Amino acid sequence: MPFRLLKYALKKEHPAPRFFKSHETPKKSYDVVIIGGGGHGLAAAYYLAKDHGITNVAVLEKGYIGGGNTGRNTTIVRSNYLTPEGVNFYDASVKIYEGLSEELDLNLFYSTRGHFTLAHTESAMRTMRWRAEVNKHVGVESRVVGPDEIAKACPQLDLSCSGQAPILGALFHAPGSVARHDGVAWGYARGADSYGAEIYQNTEVLSIDVKNGKVCGVKTNKGYIETKQVLSAVAGFTPRITEMVGLETPIVIHPLQACVTEPMKPWLDTILVSGSLHVYVSQSSRGELVMGSSLDPYEVHSTRSTLDFVEGLTSHMLDMFPFLSNVKVVRQWAGMADMTPDFAPIMGKTPIEGFYLDAGWGTWGFKATPISGKTMAQTIANDSAPDLIHTFRLSRFEDYELTGEKGAASVGH
Amino acid sequence: MKLLTCPVNGTRPLSEFIFGGEFRTAPDQNTCSDADWAAYVHNRQGAPGDKKEWWYHSPSGTWFIAERNTLTDKVSRTYLLADAKKADVKKVAVKKAVVKKPVKESK
Repeated sequence: MPFRLLKYALKKEHPAPRFFKSHETPKKSYDVVIIGGGGHGLAAAYYLAKDHGITNVAVLEKGYIGGGNTGRNTTIVRSNYLTPEGVNFYDASVKIYEGLSEELDLNLFYSTRGHFTLAHTESAMRTMRWRAEVNKHVGVESRVVGPDEIAKACPQLDLSCSGQAPILGALFHAPGSVARHDGVAWGYARGADSYGAEIYQNTEVLSIDVKNGKVCGVKTNKGYIETKQVLSAVAGFTPRITEMVGLETPIVIHPLQACVTEPMKPWLDTILVSGSLHVYVSQSSRGELVMGSSLDPYEVHSTRSTLDFVEGLTSHMLDMFPFLSNVKVVRQWAGMADMTPDFAPIMGKTPIEGFYLDAGWGTWGFKATPISGKTMAQTIANDSAPDLIHTFRLSRFEDYELTGEKGAASVGH
Repeated sequence: MKLLTCPVNGTRPLSEFIFGGEFRTAPDQNTCSDADWAAYVHNRQGAPGDKKEWWYHSPSGTWFIAERNTLTDKVSRTYLLADAKKADVKKVAVKKAVVKKPVKESK
């Protein structure tokens, strides 16, 4: 390192800028306590301050910010869902994402690639046509394309998939994008902090005080905090938090694994998903192939990785791209996905006054980060959920009004 | 957990088994309220801990119960439902931990 740069590092007068202030211990009380310092919780803190002027907010994070599912997903942003309510919701998120780097003044490497969901069977083609029509109806750019167009966008793809599962067509979704996921968390953290929200890392919630059906405080490993409003945005830890307040939900936790290859020169422009082969893949700005697959087949509250997963995924990758046989997988990891029976999230108010839920994000949470932050901030500020998330309310299960999004899950979970 | 003990066929690779979800008893549909029934249909005990679960040994078509900790992924015992109904479960089938080589937890 040249000396003239090093001297800035050594001098105290030019300290490295911090993204957010670190505070010793939480205050005695806050207007709103947000449990979970992932993208969703930090975005909620940001929009609470920006849109509603509520800045007396603490974000409590058990580990470090963005270290949970925010930093463990495969960074795909899309809105080609199956129900009109879902498409509207995720489309609102994509629209915020498109201007988010500028808004947060942080390069999120938001890169619109186009997104192909490959269909290998007639029944998959039927679902693609269905999704395309719903998307078009709502005004989202999706259409069904044939093998020719797929070959043009990705000439490296073996359209016969080694003869095992020939590709019949695909759902093409033009706005499909990738972004730097940790950047999203850090950008929202800096934004929330600049408005006065306080972020506490290594701060675990031990219990939540509920009296007469109302939230009145949370007990943490850094002391007791009085508050009347608590937002739980903890993804895979949701059942542990809902257990603290005695709330029953349909959420069960399954690990979801992902991995990356060593970096390569850029060759894959688009995002490819194959439901039948249980693969989704894109190439990161560093050149790694970022790959994910379906959920682990049984409930575990753990982020352990398995060889079964990486063997299964890579064998399907080789069906699609035989020339990758010499490429090495360099890293694999897992997140805890909070799954719901209808593959839609659970957002909004709960039977406990002042306890708000932003959960059930399973395998589809990263793409919704901005809009979930915005709508949850609205829910907390007005103590009433906006129409956009009405379809995701917890009471839909009691009413048997499920929001069936399983057909829009990236791979057949 | 990479191996699981089927009460009929002994210890087999996990890939031969299918997870069947939590073992639950249905409320009486003639007497329970609509809300209770909806809760039974949809809600689950999602918090980690010791659970009774249905598992299926696919090659032999055997459904059985496994008692497993969903945090550590360790199985404490497996048995057939019929055996469980014969009063004391502790006397039947596998007593010791069934997993020979537990998967090492990686944090």
